[in-house]
Amino acid sequence: MMRARVAYAGAIHDATPAPLPQSQSSQSPGHEDLQLADGRVVAAEDVVWLPPFEPGTVIALGLNYADHAKELAFKAQDEPLVFLKGPGTLLGHRGVTRRPSGVKFMHYECELAVVIGRTAKQVARSQALAHVAGYCIANDYAVRDYLENWYRPNLRAKNRDGGTVLGPWFVDAADVADPANLGLRTFVNGHLTQTGNTRDMISDIPHLIEYLSAFMTLLPGDVILTGTPEGVVNVMPGDVVACEIDGLGRLVNTIAADDVFGR
Amino acid sequence: MQAGAGCFSIPFDVPPYRLSGAVYGALLNHRSALAVLGDAVFRPPYDAPPHAPVLFIKPRNTLAASGSVVMIPAGTSELEVGASLGLVIGRTACRVSESRALDYVAGYLIVADVSIPHSNYHRPSVRFKARDGYCPLGPAVTARAAVANPDALAIRTYLDGALMQTASTADLIRPAARLLADVTDFMTLAPGDVLALGAAGPAPRVSSGGIVTIEIDGLGSLRNPFMEAPA
Repeated sequence: MMRARVAYAGAIHDATPAPLPQSQSSQSPGHEDLQLADGRVVAAEDVVWLPPFEPGTVIALGLNYADHAKELAFKAQDEPLVFLKGPGTLLGHRGVTRRPSGVKFMHYECELAVVIGRTAKQVARSQALAHVAGYCIANDYAVRDYLENWYRPNLRAKNRDGGTVLGPWFVDAADVADPANLGLRTFVNGHLTQTGNTRDMISDIPHLIEYLSAFMTLLPGDVILTGTPEGVVNVMPGDVVACEIDGLGRLVNTIAADDVFGR
Repeated sequence: MQAGAGCFSIPFDVPPYRLSGAVYGALLNHRSALAVLGDAVFRPPYDAPPHAPVLFIKPRNTLAASGSVVMIPAGTSELEVGASLGLVIGRTACRVSESRALDYVAGYLIVADVSIPHSNYHRPSVRFKARDGYCPLGPAVTARAAVANPDALAIRTYLDGALMQTASTADLIRPAARLLADVTDFMTLAPGDVLALGAAGPAPRVSSGGIVTIEIDGLGSLRNPFMEAPA
């Protein structure tokens, strides 16, 4: 089951993909029409897409793909490089993210987001996936100009308003056959710029849940952004960034300049 | 407030004093905390003193009330307690000016940023700070109007009744209004969010069996026992 949360006609709704006419293939990648819980069918562009679940603690991984770690010249790690994000940074599908004027390097990061469904405390690797409710796509922006050498990655670089995009759909864990074998792709203005596969994670999902739950209790709604593969490039105002993950859909975001935000 | 891993509640739990569950804090924002590092701030891995505020997040599993027991994990003998004044945001704060920043504050509370001691601040593991119950806060939200000047409050930390540290919010590198202005330039704070202004250094340490009490003028006291976790 795929579910979205959208604002439409004065209320916030749960929604599912609208049934397709018999003549169309259900695999049509651009298909995003929605059916609201009250029965109405609406077009993707007529709603405001919100993050598809109510996130609790947002946990993110740095350098969790060998190729991306190499791209940034990082050495082998003793433990997963985990950082935390606040609720103010979250944004839904088809949203707009600000690029501050004067910065040299702002990039997207296409990531598999793992949503916790059951309280997880000191969970063994073998039991870890039983604590997952489902998955969605995340695009976790960074502004590298603001990176400093204190408590990396510092919040000014990685916890900016609108810098963590989630969606479009929350997909039940039961509908993802193998989360450790999903292709990831990012397109900037339609050009493929990033490809990877979740099988190349340094710390896989069971390990991350085992590692985290050893010291912090994970609660339903907590979400783990599992890192990004190589292929991050600079994005500029007006760019349309689309992140895809096999079976989870296509998460679209547009970069805007300061003037859009009254700066 | 969203329920944490423990059972968490504080008095005065009504809008605009109700906490959202999001807790942010500044590190190295008290002159004494930065002074502890001395010239090391100019050397690798840091290369320069902090430019923007150094911030951390205490996730919801860390939030705890006065009286809750803080567990010391096996293999660790002592924990550090960073005693700080916390601002409770009263209305959406985005790009607030320093001169109006305190208008966005509903009230104040005491925040104890508990950590496993670590000497390297370049990229410390979150397991030092994000453990269950490692952010006692309270004892209640004191309304802004009841605090004459948040930039002149004494913070006293006691271990088993003995005074371990006295600090003042007058010695913050970025005082409350300035920190709010700099933080909300890039991240909006919502009603109920907490922003801890920063603890003095060196942070007092506590071992199993110790009881830490933090007092701030006009805000009451936060009192938490520390115990070794069962093996």
